[in-house]
Amino acid sequence: MVGPAHYITLSAVLFTIGVIGVLTRKNAIIVFMAIEIMLNAANLALVTFAMTIGDVAGLIMVLLVIAVAAAEAAVGLAIIVAMFRHRETVNIEAFNVLRG
Amino acid sequence: MESLLWLIPAFPLAGVAINGLFGRKLGDRVVSVIGPGAVGAAFAMAAASFIALRGLPPAERLLQQTLYSWLPAGEFSASIGFQLDPLSMTMVLVVTGVGFLIHLYSVGYMHGDGGYARYFAYLNLFTFAMLLLVMADNFLLLFVGWEGVGLCSYLLIGYWFEDQAKADAGKKAFIVNRIGDFGFLLGIFLIFWTFGSVAFSDVLPEAATRLTLGGDLAFWICLFLFIGAVGKSAQIPLFVWLPDAMAGPTPVSALIHAATMVTAGVYMVARAHALYEMAPQVLALVAGIGAATALFAATIGIVQNDIKKVLAYSTISQLGYMFLGVGVAAFSAGIFHLVTHAFFKAVLFLGAGSVIHALHGEQDMRTMGGLKPKLPITYWTMLAATLAIAGVPPLAGFVSKDEILWRTWDGGHSVLWVIGFITAGLTAAYMFRLFFLTFHGSFRGTKEQWGHAHESPWTMTVPLVILGALSVVGGWIGLPAALGQPLGGIANRFEGWLAPVFEAGEHAVHEPHAIPPIEYGLMTASVAIATLGILVAYWAYLRSPDLPGRVVARSRGVYTLLYGKYFVDELYDFLIVRPFYALSRFAWRVIDDGLIDGLGVGGTGALVKRGSRIVSRWETGYVQGYAVAFFGGVFAILAYYYLFR
Repeated sequence: MVGPAHYITLSAVLFTIGVIGVLTRKNAIIVFMAIEIMLNAANLALVTFAMTIGDVAGLIMVLLVIAVAAAEAAVGLAIIVAMFRHRETVNIEAFNVLRG
Repeated sequence: MESLLWLIPAFPLAGVAINGLFGRKLGDRVVSVIGPGAVGAAFAMAAASFIALRGLPPAERLLQQTLYSWLPAGEFSASIGFQLDPLSMTMVLVVTGVGFLIHLYSVGYMHGDGGYARYFAYLNLFTFAMLLLVMADNFLLLFVGWEGVGLCSYLLIGYWFEDQAKADAGKKAFIVNRIGDFGFLLGIFLIFWTFGSVAFSDVLPEAATRLTLGGDLAFWICLFLFIGAVGKSAQIPLFVWLPDAMAGPTPVSALIHAATMVTAGVYMVARAHALYEMAPQVLALVAGIGAATALFAATIGIVQNDIKKVLAYSTISQLGYMFLGVGVAAFSAGIFHLVTHAFFKAVLFLGAGSVIHALHGEQDMRTMGGLKPKLPITYWTMLAATLAIAGVPPLAGFVSKDEILWRTWDGGHSVLWVIGFITAGLTAAYMFRLFFLTFHGSFRGTKEQWGHAHESPWTMTVPLVILGALSVVGGWIGLPAALGQPLGGIANRFEGWLAPVFEAGEHAVHEPHAIPPIEYGLMTASVAIATLGILVAYWAYLRSPDLPGRVVARSRGVYTLLYGKYFVDELYDFLIVRPFYALSRFAWRVIDDGLIDGLGVGGTGALVKRGSRIVSRWETGYVQGYAVAFFGGVFAILAYYYLFR
């Protein structure tokens, strides 16, 4: 039987994958995807808790996150396109001009 | 009349505004009308006031006008107020009358100068400030005028400011005067502290009751005021600025540095006579410094070669006489000498200016000589003034100088009388040296200069003639009793005129009284020594012109000392200027550059800069680095929560 613990575990695993992806990958698109994974891991946790305690507020929250993520995806991809146009690369190590 | 007093200083002020703001656009012709015209109008107003004042009974001769309360602050208040009593009236007439003639003279002398309008604006500003000084009804407004004339003196000495030496001379005058002004200011503070007011009408009548005769307070008030007078009137030890002040245009030397501004100190002491009478020690000091300065400057004047320098030292010397006069409490005699000196010294300076003008800027008497046929009007007016200053009867200088000498003797100051007596001889000698070197003998300049030499235009000669005539007859208004009584009981009208102001101080000499025979003896002696001085000058510079050279060769040391002006400038340079420079350099290099800029401002800046350079290493620019820190932080907080709660 698949219970809430499994969903939460899956959510934690996905989130960890996302974190590791953000921290280790150099390709901006992959980093971006890793962030999406983290968002969806959070969504999964929210849905799980909402079903467990029977409160729709969690579901509404998820819809909100999905909407924000969509907007964020548009903005984020646009930034990555602009970055590429500028430097002909999306390696985030190349973008460190704001160092002290 | 009283409500129109403000017009007297207002005319020159209007002249300043017009010539100063629009002078360049109006053109030289208009400026030449407005500049002298403003002072002429002031003179007309002054003459009208004089008639009004004469119409009053002697004891009530005082016109007053308070324009508004200028500085009301708690118990203190000072007003912009004018007053004309016989003393102020005399000064106003001299300032506007002689001032007008010198303005007129300037029209010719400054013709074609690039800063024509600026010159007249300054000169009018000077007249305004001087009128403020002599018409003020309180010490503070007097001080405003006092500073104003100092400013104009600075501006006009450095009038040709492109010349570094002239600009420096202006600065020197201003800075040396500052020392005196500081003393004056302290005096005013003490007056306010003692009397609770600075108005003449509050302070002077109260002097006898609030101050004790010879007390400390009276001593310090008068001493501080006198320090101011010493600076403004170029007495020992603050006289060094006046010879340098000759860098200004010659009419300026005549107006400011001979006839009016430098006599402000004498006026101020006379104005505050009620205070000085309570401080006999300071009066003795005034007389002593006056006599010492008179002799000291006369000895320098006798060896100078620059025609204006001789006149400058002569002015210092004559100012010494005036201080000798007021110092022996003969206030009206001092003021009388101030008036006659304004006449004849103005002629001497204007005449010298006429000579300089004719020779295109030449001031060295060694290259002059024999100018009599070229400059007849200048010659005759200069002769009158030279005879007057030398003390030849019955010219103006004789009458006033002898009055001072007699009062000195009469007051029991025989040592001071001897000094004044010797100075009289020296005065005659150096003035006739100047006169003979300039106008007699043979011309020692270039042929070209001789060819170009010409008499000055009428704007310059008319003032010369008028002032020359005044040098002759100007003294007769104050004929001393010793001369007036035998001539059919002519009273000393000048002394009588000033008596209401000085009545407390002067022993009343209104009624005919027995003239001590010694007065005639002293008078004869001073005429004799003046004649001797003239003869010496005649002998040394006309009869045997090689004599001065031989005397100089015989006494080289004395000559060097006198020619070097006793090296007072060098002494001050060594004692004051250089240590001050060193101190300023220390303040600049060590304190300002080192401590403030280096350690204070610069040090703080360097600390912040270096600190930020270290801290800013955190900002690597790698987004993932920040993310590591962020997640690490979250992890740390969660770990803390799970482990310790």
